[in-house]
Amino acid sequence: MTAATGIGARVLRTEDKRFLTGTGRYVDDLPLARATHAYFLRSPHAHAKIRSLDAAAAKAMPGVVAIFTGKDTADAKVGGLICGWVVKDKHGQPHKAPPHPVMALDTVRYVGDTVAMVVANSHDEARDAAEAIKVDYEVLPANVDLARAFDRDVSEVHPEAPGNLVYDWEIGVKADADAAFAKAAHVTRIDLVNNRLIPNAMEPRAAAADYDKGTGNYTLWSTSQNPHVLRLILSAFVLGIPEHKLRVIAPDVGGGFGSKIFCYNEETMVTWAASRVGRPIKWTAERSESFMTDAHGRDHVTHAELALDKDGKFLALKVDTIANMGAYLSTFSTAVPTYLYATLLAGQYTTPVIYANVRAALTHTAPVDAYRGAGRPEATFVIESIVSKAAAELKMDPAELRRKNFIPATAFPYQTPVALQYDSGNYLPIIDEAIRIADYTSFESRRAEAKSRGKLRGIGFSSYIEACGLGPSRVIGQLGGGVGQWEAAQIKFNPTGNVQVMTGSHSHGQGHETSFAQIIHDKLGVPMEQIEIVHGDTATTPFGMGTYGSRSLAVGGSAIVKATDKIIAKGKKIAAHLMEADVADVVFEQGTFKVAGTDKAVPLGAAVFAAYVPHNYPLEELEPGMDENAFYDPSNFVYPSGTQICEVEIDPDTGLVEIVNHTAVDDFGNIINPMIVDGQVHGGIAQGVGQALLENAVYDKETGQLVSGSFMDYTLPRADNVPSFKLGNKVTPCPHNPLGVKGCGEAGAIAAPAAVMNAVHDALAPLGVKHVPMPATPLNVWQAIHGGN
Amino acid sequence: MTINVAMTVNGKAVSGKVEARTLLVQFLREHLGMTGTHVGCDTSQCGACVVHVDGKSIKSCTVLAVQLEGSNVLTIEGLAESAEKLHPMQEAFRENHALQCGFCTPGMVMSAIDMVKRHDYQLDEATVRRELEGNLCRCTGYHNIVKAILAAAPAMKSAGV
Repeated sequence: MTAATGIGARVLRTEDKRFLTGTGRYVDDLPLARATHAYFLRSPHAHAKIRSLDAAAAKAMPGVVAIFTGKDTADAKVGGLICGWVVKDKHGQPHKAPPHPVMALDTVRYVGDTVAMVVANSHDEARDAAEAIKVDYEVLPANVDLARAFDRDVSEVHPEAPGNLVYDWEIGVKADADAAFAKAAHVTRIDLVNNRLIPNAMEPRAAAADYDKGTGNYTLWSTSQNPHVLRLILSAFVLGIPEHKLRVIAPDVGGGFGSKIFCYNEETMVTWAASRVGRPIKWTAERSESFMTDAHGRDHVTHAELALDKDGKFLALKVDTIANMGAYLSTFSTAVPTYLYATLLAGQYTTPVIYANVRAALTHTAPVDAYRGAGRPEATFVIESIVSKAAAELKMDPAELRRKNFIPATAFPYQTPVALQYDSGNYLPIIDEAIRIADYTSFESRRAEAKSRGKLRGIGFSSYIEACGLGPSRVIGQLGGGVGQWEAAQIKFNPTGNVQVMTGSHSHGQGHETSFAQIIHDKLGVPMEQIEIVHGDTATTPFGMGTYGSRSLAVGGSAIVKATDKIIAKGKKIAAHLMEADVADVVFEQGTFKVAGTDKAVPLGAAVFAAYVPHNYPLEELEPGMDENAFYDPSNFVYPSGTQICEVEIDPDTGLVEIVNHTAVDDFGNIINPMIVDGQVHGGIAQGVGQALLENAVYDKETGQLVSGSFMDYTLPRADNVPSFKLGNKVTPCPHNPLGVKGCGEAGAIAAPAAVMNAVHDALAPLGVKHVPMPATPLNVWQAIHGGN
Repeated sequence: MTINVAMTVNGKAVSGKVEARTLLVQFLREHLGMTGTHVGCDTSQCGACVVHVDGKSIKSCTVLAVQLEGSNVLTIEGLAESAEKLHPMQEAFRENHALQCGFCTPGMVMSAIDMVKRHDYQLDEATVRRELEGNLCRCTGYHNIVKAILAAAPAMKSAGV
């Protein structure tokens, strides 16, 4: 195919023009005639009984259309929100599943918990009325300190989960790990807090709903990464609206990073209330609501131990983690610290024995769920922190210790001791390339030069593995996942030869309209400008699982390839008929069917036309039309890998950490569009740097108030907090999907925190500093240097 | 109580009845239906709402519509010369993959143009990064935004815009 626009080409994005000219169409942009506006009254307390709620005065306020409370939804028998992944604890018992009502009934459980919904003619009127609702709270003690969540004196979030324990889960055999540790020449121990993050996609969550009285059909526009899954949950579990009477549209969506996977109460309420109000309802979160109520990420407290032999070979790893679930179990929350975390603890290494114990805790904080990387950044942070610490303790080069323990390229497919079978990889050339790009070998001269300026310079490695491209449905089901994890595609040619490709994936920044079109162009030879990628509407796209876990290309792209195969197979039959040739002799090359060794040729467009105007067509054998569906269920996860090297300079007087170099070398398998892939890595690294240096969701330990509840208190990385990044790549194609691709969306965020923190520790090592908590803010660094609180 | 307000937006005279508390961004989005200007926060931090007023970039969430009586407002919708011919800054964003989800993009582009002009088309990376303090992006890690602005500066100069 033409090198300029096919697979592997740097094609400028199709979607850019509308975003650059202000003609993108996000949920809040929708012009809905006669729309009302919703505003949600939120709990100001982390934990309280609602003694009484008086909305009489609010109902009389100007413009108010309706006010709904938890009692209204309970009376109407609205279902609770669900957690769609059942994790069985170490005794085989399913996790504790406390109810999650769409609005609080008699108890509020975190700051931001929803108390009432006001619908008014304008947003301002709805907000004014909400302020007039009188709620009498009996404030109760809040439990927001994760490390103490299981203590006896801590208040319980739900009676259904005694002691705030959702599950006590393990993987591996503890006795085996203990036996391996008994033989160790050296044991490295580490205590880590993986700081809590707030995703903060730039577009706040939003929902708008309309109910058509004549047909009984609902339409919900939602900032969703997976509109079909959202519809399924709303239909089957929460609202009971039959799937075929509910259309969910996720139009342009301004970033997700996981936070827009889940089924939230606001979109549920807007849909439910639309039929009661009889007018469309729009809701858009204010940023402070995003901070309070978007599902947060990370939030682990971990103790880990690594056993090494006298040569530095890893013998065993033991990990003990408490994972915060927040006040309610969000849609996929239970899977994140188990199957997306502990199964990754082998990293890139041959560690033969691994044991992990994970306890999930309820606290009076916002729900915690998948955020860019989801479990895998937490695993990478544990592994790569302890490996670098071990190298420092053993006075070994951190690259050398990694190399010594890498799974060799000849060992793939490689069965880890924690369930996963890595399909492919080649880690040595990656770290070597990263070392070359980062000029690691001359680092010590840079350290010395920095010292002459009074700065502390350090360098840190992070070699990550991830399992993504979710996933084989059978495996997901065995592990307790409630859904299949295939993807769907439909390729619909129009009679004039242009083509619409419907995908179950959803693009909210990833550039599918370009990458997916490149696949079609490459496989079928259709010019790029004649290809339309359609996504995000349950009425026009086939049921699909959506976009998260770096799955769109590996799974959704593979479904598209399968559909192109069907198009070609049918086209061959049509072309054989038109050319009066045997179908076995027909080949398809660069958009044209040919008979080998002859000058007979039928362009795909001619075969398509014949299929829609079948005047000369094998109607006895073939249906007319050129419209093919495919579903693709992967046989394994995909396993991208890479090494990041971060170089920092620290001002010991202020504690300020500056990243002076950041290198990332990744193996994403084959690459469709290198420009888009690099962009994904840039953004991922910035989020990882944010976690390492800047971002921290803080709840006041006494009151449970969200202290970091705005962009003035929660430090999102700004342009001057990050450098320009240095990227490289190596390719080992994925052996089990037709494109040979692996996912690239999360890698940057998975590897970066450990790279940065290892660099910080390396910089401070000459001062004898052993531990800096993440994020390494100036305060935390200064205190680590100078001691004290 | 509503107040009449009249101004020029993207070269066209517009007017409307607004509440005293109506922000410029609300006037643009809700009264004029011009939804290219976005709201990404409630503390004037994110910069998704940046427009030009009388040639200078401002955050349209931080100014009341009634304050701009008689002003000349330029939004992202009015930037391109035509559907085919983008402003050099828009073109540079596209060429350099400086946008992903597109939500911060209108504000980024409007800020960037003002930045280039204030620095007389002479920018270096450190200056661009410092000047972007008021614009948040969660997708790109800023890498390609910085590249795009550095590339757009000479392009704007030669295009005379």
